[in-house]
Amino acid sequence: MRIWLPLQRLVSARYFFEFSSRILPWLGWVTLLILLTGLGWGLFYAPTDYQQGESYRIIFIHVPSAWMSMFAYMVMAGCSAIFLIWRIRIMDLFATSTAPIGASFTLIALATGSLWGRPMWGTYWVWDARLTSELILLFLYFGVMALRAAIDEPRRQGRAVALLTLLGVVNIPVIHFSVEWWNTLHQPASITKAAAPSIHLSMLIPLLLMALGFTLLYLYMALQRTQGAIIEQEIDSTWLQERLSNNTIETEGGTGK
Amino acid sequence: MKTRHRRLLFITAGVLALTGATLLVLNAFRSNLVFFHTPTEVAEGTAPLEQLIRIGGMVEENSVEKTSESLHVSFRVTDFDHSITVTYDGVLPDLFREGQGVVAEGRLRDSVFVADRVLAKHDENYMPPEVAAMKLDEKAQNTPKKYYK
Repeated sequence: MRIWLPLQRLVSARYFFEFSSRILPWLGWVTLLILLTGLGWGLFYAPTDYQQGESYRIIFIHVPSAWMSMFAYMVMAGCSAIFLIWRIRIMDLFATSTAPIGASFTLIALATGSLWGRPMWGTYWVWDARLTSELILLFLYFGVMALRAAIDEPRRQGRAVALLTLLGVVNIPVIHFSVEWWNTLHQPASITKAAAPSIHLSMLIPLLLMALGFTLLYLYMALQRTQGAIIEQEIDSTWLQERLSNNTIETEGGTGK
Repeated sequence: MKTRHRRLLFITAGVLALTGATLLVLNAFRSNLVFFHTPTEVAEGTAPLEQLIRIGGMVEENSVEKTSESLHVSFRVTDFDHSITVTYDGVLPDLFREGQGVVAEGRLRDSVFVADRVLAKHDENYMPPEVAAMKLDEKAQNTPKKYYK
């Protein structure tokens, strides 16, 4: 039971708030550093592609955001399952905070893919299995957000949304394996396959850097949003009142004199 | 059994059942979900030839014929078992070249595929031009050896 104590603390809103306040500034700077390094490396230092020339550089945005669109959904589904089983409220808040971020990543993946598709494939959009299932993912995110907005009572809201999220999880393996199960216009995976990656090391390193940067960016934004949600829900509790008034005194002291 | 154990079991079973059901449905629709048919499917008659279809494969080496005064182009699409001649009037995408993947949308008329639209299919390989040239060299050096063996 003792091992569980730190975890139990973390899942209480108060300790989650304290914990994320402490790591958020660090996380922010590390994220920025990695993203700038990855972007600079990918856009200026990485060599051009033998077939696509410079246009291939969109993968440094497209691939990480497509990964994150699925990763964020898996996190959301995991939180929803934990919330439904153990009724840990912070999980519901974290899942809520994830939905718009995941939707943004999905939108970026779709938009960048479309812009790349026009010169390379010769079309902005085709209804192949990969593109269609990714579009369904976007609608799932919208559905989750809309359902939450449609229910006023907080307890029912959390449960209904968690259930919908879990129903949608079936789309994730479909997106991932679509390029193997069916003939698609979208190319198969270059990296997440059993054999060696079919992308040259000089392009792989900045791509992995960008993937790491996007993951940290997601965590940063999700923690930030969850803090906001905690403030909104716990605004009447004494610990938060104290905490917030402390903050104000500190900043006033800093700027006033 | 505790309530939360029952919930854990219920949710796990639910997600697994749903995943299973979806995969079965997708498997049943497999042939309808394909984006393109292969030249072999066309040759064997398993592709729905009476309607507008897409065929996909490699552009056969040395098969592209262009005319200088119009956009008319003809080439052969192959899956290395069968191949089809495709004709097309229009602008080809950047990635269209011999030995690369292609998807053509149109109809089969007298064993020639008349395309309304041609899309290039990119493969999953990304590398700098020097590396690509080196790989070609290796290929060229390795090929004669096979004949000696």
